[in-house]
Amino acid sequence: MIAAIAFYLFAFITVISAVMVISARNPVHSVLFLILAFFNASGLFVLLGAEFIAMILVIVYVGAVAVLFLFVVMMLDISFADLRKGAMQYLPVGIFAGGVLLAELIFVFTAWTFSSDYKDNIAVPAVPDAELTNTEALGRILYTDYIFAFQTSGLILLVAMIGAIVLTHRRRAGVRKQSVSVQQARTRAESMSIEKVTPKTGI
Amino acid sequence: MDMMLLEIGLGHYLTLAAILFTLGIFGIFLNRKNVIIILMCIELMLLAVNINFVAFSAHMGDMVGQVFALFVLTVAAAEAAIGLAILVVLFRTRGSIAVEDISTMKG
Repeated sequence: MIAAIAFYLFAFITVISAVMVISARNPVHSVLFLILAFFNASGLFVLLGAEFIAMILVIVYVGAVAVLFLFVVMMLDISFADLRKGAMQYLPVGIFAGGVLLAELIFVFTAWTFSSDYKDNIAVPAVPDAELTNTEALGRILYTDYIFAFQTSGLILLVAMIGAIVLTHRRRAGVRKQSVSVQQARTRAESMSIEKVTPKTGI
Repeated sequence: MDMMLLEIGLGHYLTLAAILFTLGIFGIFLNRKNVIIILMCIELMLLAVNINFVAFSAHMGDMVGQVFALFVLTVAAAEAAIGLAILVVLFRTRGSIAVEDISTMKG
């Protein structure tokens, strides 16, 4: 009973905030509703027993991705009202495409059943919570069976980080910066000379 | 009917994920000009996929669904970082982020 109430609460707020994300006039409000949607989705993950994914969702999405969106929205000085002009002309085709997709998904979900022997195809059976916590169970397969995929996802993040830095980094003209290699490459011959100074004349 | 509403099963989560995914698609159509909202809609669709993964994982008692949800999360974070970086560079060179201004692929 409590679980059902919690599910409907989380699901309802998730859907409402998703609607607000796509319909809010101000993109800052969109980002804030996206954060709300992710919070409630992580509540749903807790209900499903996937605590680690739920916490990662809060840390990664709310703590990093959504804040990144917020930074970019606030940093770019854009007239968002202009961007919304003429949005309503795409409303019919959007409703059509969304409706077709939703209808197809409903057809799939109602017409589909588990095969009778699906229990034989389980790759890594979940262990009861009393023996192993969710995080521990996830770590045991992530660092053994899926180690290469895990390392590859780390590489993807590294490439994304380097790519984002390379894309947005710019060299400004007129800024004096220390250039260590030039400093190190100086020799005594090119930077020093001995001049003969005669009295009362100067150089 | 009352039992079906109160007993939360796989179908409930799949329905929620379907609604979220559809809202993501609909949002892309609705905000065709604004790249930032389109990126947020992609995040919503990936969240729907994650809900499907975790719901199946919990229902079948298979941990691999949660592992793949973790990978989806990783790729979504990388995608958001790269997408927003491209957006910032685009705004610096063009002074606008409207989608139709990006039709010419010159620097």
